[in-house]
Amino acid sequence: MPSSLAEIPLGRSVKVRAIAGPRAFRRRLLEMGLVPGVMVRVVTIAPLGDPLRIEVRHGQWSIRKAEAAQIAVEPVEASAKVVVAQVVPLASGS
Amino acid sequence: MTDDCCEPSAPQRRGSAGRLSIALAGNPNVGKTTLFNALTGLSAKVSNYPGITVERRTGALTLPARPADLHDLPGTYSLNARSAEEQITFDALAGLAGQHAPDVVVVCLDATQLARSVYLLLQCRELGARCVGALTMVDEAGAAAPDARALSELVGCEVVPVTARTKRGLPELTAAIDRAARADRRPHWVWTPAPALRVQLDVVRGVLPASWRATARYASEQAPAKHASELQAADDAIALWALTCFDISEHDADELLGVPPDFRATVIAQHFALDDEPVLARWAWLDREIPKLAHAHPDRSMTERIDRVLLHRAAGFAVFAAIMSILFMSLFAWAAPLIDGIDHLFKAFGAGLRDLLGTSMFTDFLVDGVIAGVGAVLVFLPQILMLFLFLGFLEDCGYLARVAYLMDRVMRSMNLHGRAFVPMLFGFACAVPAITATRTMERRRDRLLTMLVVPLMTCSARLPVYTLIIASLIPGSRAMQGLLMVGMYAFSVATSLVAAWVMSKTVKPLKAKRLPFIIELPPYRFPRMPDVLRMMWGKSSMFLREAGTVILACSIALWALLYFPRTLPASAPNYAALIEHAPSDDAKATLIAHEQAAHLENSYGGRLGHAIEPAIQPLGFDWKIGIGLIGAFAAREVFVSTLGIVYAVGTDADEHSQPLRKALQSAKKSDGRSAYPPLVGLSLMVFFALAMQCMSTLAVVRRESGGLRWPLFLFGYMTVLAWVVSFLVYQGGKLLGFG
Repeated sequence: MPSSLAEIPLGRSVKVRAIAGPRAFRRRLLEMGLVPGVMVRVVTIAPLGDPLRIEVRHGQWSIRKAEAAQIAVEPVEASAKVVVAQVVPLASGS
Repeated sequence: MTDDCCEPSAPQRRGSAGRLSIALAGNPNVGKTTLFNALTGLSAKVSNYPGITVERRTGALTLPARPADLHDLPGTYSLNARSAEEQITFDALAGLAGQHAPDVVVVCLDATQLARSVYLLLQCRELGARCVGALTMVDEAGAAAPDARALSELVGCEVVPVTARTKRGLPELTAAIDRAARADRRPHWVWTPAPALRVQLDVVRGVLPASWRATARYASEQAPAKHASELQAADDAIALWALTCFDISEHDADELLGVPPDFRATVIAQHFALDDEPVLARWAWLDREIPKLAHAHPDRSMTERIDRVLLHRAAGFAVFAAIMSILFMSLFAWAAPLIDGIDHLFKAFGAGLRDLLGTSMFTDFLVDGVIAGVGAVLVFLPQILMLFLFLGFLEDCGYLARVAYLMDRVMRSMNLHGRAFVPMLFGFACAVPAITATRTMERRRDRLLTMLVVPLMTCSARLPVYTLIIASLIPGSRAMQGLLMVGMYAFSVATSLVAAWVMSKTVKPLKAKRLPFIIELPPYRFPRMPDVLRMMWGKSSMFLREAGTVILACSIALWALLYFPRTLPASAPNYAALIEHAPSDDAKATLIAHEQAAHLENSYGGRLGHAIEPAIQPLGFDWKIGIGLIGAFAAREVFVSTLGIVYAVGTDADEHSQPLRKALQSAKKSDGRSAYPPLVGLSLMVFFALAMQCMSTLAVVRRESGGLRWPLFLFGYMTVLAWVVSFLVYQGGKLLGFG
């Protein structure tokens, strides 16, 4: 069942499905690597209830709940090993 | 820079004075400015907070064979821009807005955030920049660091690992820059636009303004027309930028400068809806290629452990309160001895000079005008130095980004940036350093709004005024008086927050747009003290140079206003003769004080005080307070000593002066009623809380906002607000029978 990043329990890794919202906002998120397919995790919520601290591609960002609500996410398939923000599995060689 | 396009110059002779022009680009928090300092030895701000380097900084760089200028560009994740701030980087890299395209672009590549760093490099390469990668944070990345040679092969330009702290890799980097400067420009795209985008790119490329075309931008370089397909690729990159960034939708309109209107119209008419394609294509390439280079992930466990405490519901706020208290104390209390020291030093110097030169108009000018004015500037220095020392340290270690995270909820409710908390807190000490601290916000709108409300906070210069008024005019127990003082602080917090909210709703340039609040929370890093100190000195000297000169000029002008014409009306007694024949020293001192009072009253400023009396009478103030208000313009606490002169209790009365308190308490109107009932005291305090009584603040706002418009707006809105609220307090109080 699709849902937004704002609704995901803390600590659970999910996969970005799509990003809605104004153009500049979407572009900014996409450019920082929050592209469909990438893993994202809400690490903590700020003590006052907003914003969220999210982890994408081994970097952390502060993002408001209202903005996180624009990020549609989907659960990771049960079989996939949860490696945060890793789209392509690590290659074993070079 | 001169436009030497017609000169058949050698490929390396470009830019000002024939020096090579090298740009330094990179994401925020990648050690870019540390590298800049290491390469140039010049001062620049190093930051751990996205978007801090708003000014472009330039330093000299010595390449093996020739001199070069290194330009430090604002940290950015992408070359796409919607604001004028973001545009700085693109213009500088592409060679727009009258600049020369840099000969070489050094792109900082963070070994711990490789994909994101390379994203920026890809954009630079699409533009046709001659790139060199500087691989930073290699030690921190540990096993996650990529092999520089493999990375170099992947991205198609030289990549040199550097450790700026130890200067490791710097000679290799400068050698690589030198080699790159001799190479041809070869725009390189790792992705191919789909047919639909191709069509739009061709249309826009066809109408590019002449000065935006590669042929013009690279005109001073050798044989620009040799690689037609490459020139086209470079123009495609500009066309793509225009298609992506131009926007006229209501909530999303870009604020880009220098775009020809007809070109913009053509671009908009394309109804570009393919934003995702270039971004996703680059990321698809990165996600395919980068994992081949990095076989491990950077270790963020230390940062995570620290964050578990610093961002914790209880512990986080405790630490936050402690750090802010230390900051606040440093500005409020620790700087006090230094400020007093400077104050005394200048007073003693002035007094010594007066003894040396004897009494004359010139001596008064030198001592009360110039020396006091220089003192008025330098008195800010301890706070400014301390502020930038702490701010630089907190920024570089990564904590200020956490402050924004912790405080965003509160600040956002007033449409302020999460980072505005720190300047507002500093406002309790002094608005001048607080306003300089607004630079830590990347958007102009956020900076402006913050600097317009910071002067409402109860600064330390208001304290003596409140103390004097409360002690002499407000009856009641000490506890009551103390409560009133606390109330004045609460009042200032409330008014500044409400003012921020109202202005963000009503004043167009300050309106809260739907701007995303996405800030990076970088890994904690130990700040490099030389970088912090350089930044501290750079910012402080800029304050002295730019705001200091204005403050000095205003001090002297204000002195002249309250000094001249130095004559007394014919009705005045002959003070010289009276003082000569004074029966005692006490009587003599009293006479001198009365003479000073008479001179002040008859000065242009004194007459102005009289002239504004009708305007301030509805607030309950008389002309004596009017003169005090004019004097307070030098600094609010000067109100106290000015009143001291007006009431002839001496030139050095402070807020604890009993004669001054008595004089205020016993002041009578012509009808015999008290001139200053408690209601006037309250009205006066409200006026001081809200009025823009500080030329130094105006001077620093003028510098930070880059013009007279905003300081005038600030002065206007605060004065009107002060008048209206004081009027309501006084007239309302009278109606209720408190008068």
